[in-house]
Amino acid sequence: MTLDEVKRHIEKHLPGVALKPVRESLLVENPLDLPRVVEFLKADGVLQLNYLSSVTGVDYLTFLECVYHLYSMENKTYSLQLRVRVDRENPHVPSLVPIFRGAEFQEREAYDMYGFQFDGHPDLRRILMWDGYVGYPMRKDYKQEDSEVLDRDDIEWLQKHGVSVAEEHIKMAESLQTGGESEQPESEQTEG
Amino acid sequence: MAFSKNKSQVDDGLKSELAKKGIVITTLNELYNWGRRSSIWPMQFGLACCAIEMIATACARYDIARFGAELFRASPRQADLIIIAGTVTKKMTPQVVRLYNQMAEPKYCITMGACSISGGPFIDGYNTLRGIDRFIPVDVHLPGCPPRPEALLYGLQTLQKKIDSQDFRKAPWYQKGLKREYAIPDLGPKGLIPKFNPEVWQPREEDHRKEKYGSPMVIGKKTKAPDLDAPPKQPKAPAPKPPKRSDDSAPPSKEA
Repeated sequence: MTLDEVKRHIEKHLPGVALKPVRESLLVENPLDLPRVVEFLKADGVLQLNYLSSVTGVDYLTFLECVYHLYSMENKTYSLQLRVRVDRENPHVPSLVPIFRGAEFQEREAYDMYGFQFDGHPDLRRILMWDGYVGYPMRKDYKQEDSEVLDRDDIEWLQKHGVSVAEEHIKMAESLQTGGESEQPESEQTEG
Repeated sequence: MAFSKNKSQVDDGLKSELAKKGIVITTLNELYNWGRRSSIWPMQFGLACCAIEMIATACARYDIARFGAELFRASPRQADLIIIAGTVTKKMTPQVVRLYNQMAEPKYCITMGACSISGGPFIDGYNTLRGIDRFIPVDVHLPGCPPRPEALLYGLQTLQKKIDSQDFRKAPWYQKGLKREYAIPDLGPKGLIPKFNPEVWQPREEDHRKEKYGSPMVIGKKTKAPDLDAPPKQPKAPAPKPPKRSDDSAPPSKEA
């Protein structure tokens, strides 16, 4: 079955679901339709897409996209990619855990890396990064710490734990604190 | 790794001549170091793909037992050597430092592979520690990705040389008031707190890497994203054309 045939097949059985082909995949226009579509694909006698291989995310800067790869254990050869587009600030996607139990860890990872809020997920928390980690590192605007310079928090921690810190580190940390973030040394370097 | 050889007061030639007659002359220091270097017990501790090479080194073909280091201990209390074999993630760092702290003196550390030395291919990652030498002292750096078993054997021999060079009268672990426990970092909101232990490691004065590449990953300036909606079929259409053009254009240029 080609992509257009799959699209027509779904639209025939699920009236009201808006689909749009994007490259080799199908975009589900309304994220709330996603569980219906996936449930149909899993139960459908022809497609039998009964294996959810991966749940990943993509950051397109203006919006976030959640990508699902569905395979069929019976048909062997077929795979289908579904996409869902959500708002960056409020990325709510319905969870597929009630349909595919195996989606649990995949969705936790997508949440960890991109910050998708999977509604209906039984246990949505970070899986790779630790609890207390702030931000979503795979988003394109994620600002990574400069690991070559000690911050004020580091200095405080070191002094609390009885580690001697050189004067230059303390001065550097204070200048970073007053100068706002660690952009100052970088801009100097790009100029030079 | 800087070390100076222990020099014997007895001439080496005379020593070997006497040894042929069955007379062995040695110093207590030599005997002591011979015993120590010939039975280094490494810790059974691997982090990533380098651990596979470490396992291969311990197996029959490369046989680290030839150098007396075959007894991989599952407890840091019984180990002399920690081989940091693999990528040290920020999440794993506190455990690595704690294991090193729990080892009994005298203790040694080999960093195996590019990752544990500097972060290796993952140096720009948000999740990777840029070298375990930021938190614990390292005796032998062993580059490679991963190093071959021969390289690990060479690293072990280098460590044996260092052990041979040590004098037990001056050895730090017999001095009073030795404190070789290093602060175990905490997991903070953006990474480790602290980012490094200044007593163990200092940032490089000249950071060529930063000069050459800047800090692209630090500032998050990735502002390009592909536009999926605009060209759905365009990339396919021009693809067959260029070979035709090149075929057409190539023969005339050859003829000309």
